[in-house]
Amino acid sequence: MDINWANVFEWSSLLKCFVVGGLICIIGQILIDKTKLTPARILVIFVTTGAILGGLGIYKCVVDFAGAGATVPLTGFGYNLAKGAIEGVKETGLVGAFTGGIKAASGGIAAAVFFGYLASLISKPKMKKQ
Amino acid sequence: MEKIGKQTIKFNNPPTITECAAIVGPKEAQGPLAKYFDQTLDDEFWGEKTWEKAESKIIKETVNTVISKSGVSSDQIDCCFAGDLLNQCISSSFGLRELSIPLFGVFGACSTFVESMCLGAMCCENFAENVLCATSSHFCSAEKQFRFPLELGNQRPPSSQWTVTGSGASIVSKSGSGPFITHITPGKIVDMGIKDANNMGAAMAPAFADTLISHFIDTGRNPSYYDAIISGDLGHVGKEIAIDIAKSQGYNIKSNYNDCGVLIFDKAKQDTHSGGSGCACCGTVFSGYLFKQLKERKIKKLLLIATGALTNSTSSQQGESIPGIAHAISIEV
Repeated sequence: MDINWANVFEWSSLLKCFVVGGLICIIGQILIDKTKLTPARILVIFVTTGAILGGLGIYKCVVDFAGAGATVPLTGFGYNLAKGAIEGVKETGLVGAFTGGIKAASGGIAAAVFFGYLASLISKPKMKKQ
Repeated sequence: MEKIGKQTIKFNNPPTITECAAIVGPKEAQGPLAKYFDQTLDDEFWGEKTWEKAESKIIKETVNTVISKSGVSSDQIDCCFAGDLLNQCISSSFGLRELSIPLFGVFGACSTFVESMCLGAMCCENFAENVLCATSSHFCSAEKQFRFPLELGNQRPPSSQWTVTGSGASIVSKSGSGPFITHITPGKIVDMGIKDANNMGAAMAPAFADTLISHFIDTGRNPSYYDAIISGDLGHVGKEIAIDIAKSQGYNIKSNYNDCGVLIFDKAKQDTHSGGSGCACCGTVFSGYLFKQLKERKIKKLLLIATGALTNSTSSQQGESIPGIAHAISIEV
């Protein structure tokens, strides 16, 4: 069977994903290089920004446009929390505001713990190169 | 021993630095001073399970090396001053627990090496024949202690310095043929309100300048008296600030001043950002490189000023500024 590889991927969506994801990372790099913010603070800023933009419905437009380019960076985690909380309220009322966010993000959190544990079993920390 | 001026001590019978030894890690082994060290390590664990254990092994082996090189047996050493950067100075106390020499634990952050030598020299003017001074630091354990664990994979900002992995040790003796410790100027704490744990050089430079100028005022000397003025670990950023502060106070140190953190790494080839830091920075550069320059009389008059940032991770997290300190020791052959 002949596979036409050129048509397997939707190249324009790959490009959108790459550019938007890259732009989000550029913001992080500028914050590291040009401000005194620690990486931990930058992480918190990204997650809360994603949650706020998600809650206001703005981040959904970015996700619709760029897909994983917007959901994979830290802002996407915040967006997911906000989206889950909103859906939770619709389903179960006020309690859903507390449970919905974590429910929506549970796959990511559990995977991070699981793969983090696997990585710690098979690898050893090393000195940085720079 | 007598006090001169405000904070300098002059030795009437100047103690001798009998011997020095230094062991460094893999990154330092690729640096420009590699050939001066007694031993260079291929990896940062040195066969141990943790970085902390590796650091203890480094200080232990450095102390063993300096004792065997000096020909002074360990029963002839009256006491030991040692310290490091880890919580409660565990590297030196764990590393030296089998040493059987009375130990004074010292914490002066990265100024520990010179602080220990100051205390050792004072002992030699009094009761002691030989005093051992040692210090260590390790890049990986220090990053974990002061910044973030390496496993987090954070980027280091441009002003940050690279903690030297290694240990420096010296034996200071009452009598000998030199190099001699003629004066010491213990430093005051200087805090200019810098809060960035990734910019220690800027935090410590004012303390360096304060001790430097106090030393000149107390002794009546000026910068040209010394062949070399060397600071502990201000790095590239801190070195420039130090030159500017000294100049603004009327002391031009540009021609004969350098910094251990600048000397130990190659700025172009080894991307350490602002240079080296840590207790072992001054410890290894003096014990490895500068001591040999003194012995070979390439440097005859040296002013060594080790700088320390007296901070910890809790104070950084609580937004406290970084108090700096610098201790000076004047060495002549």
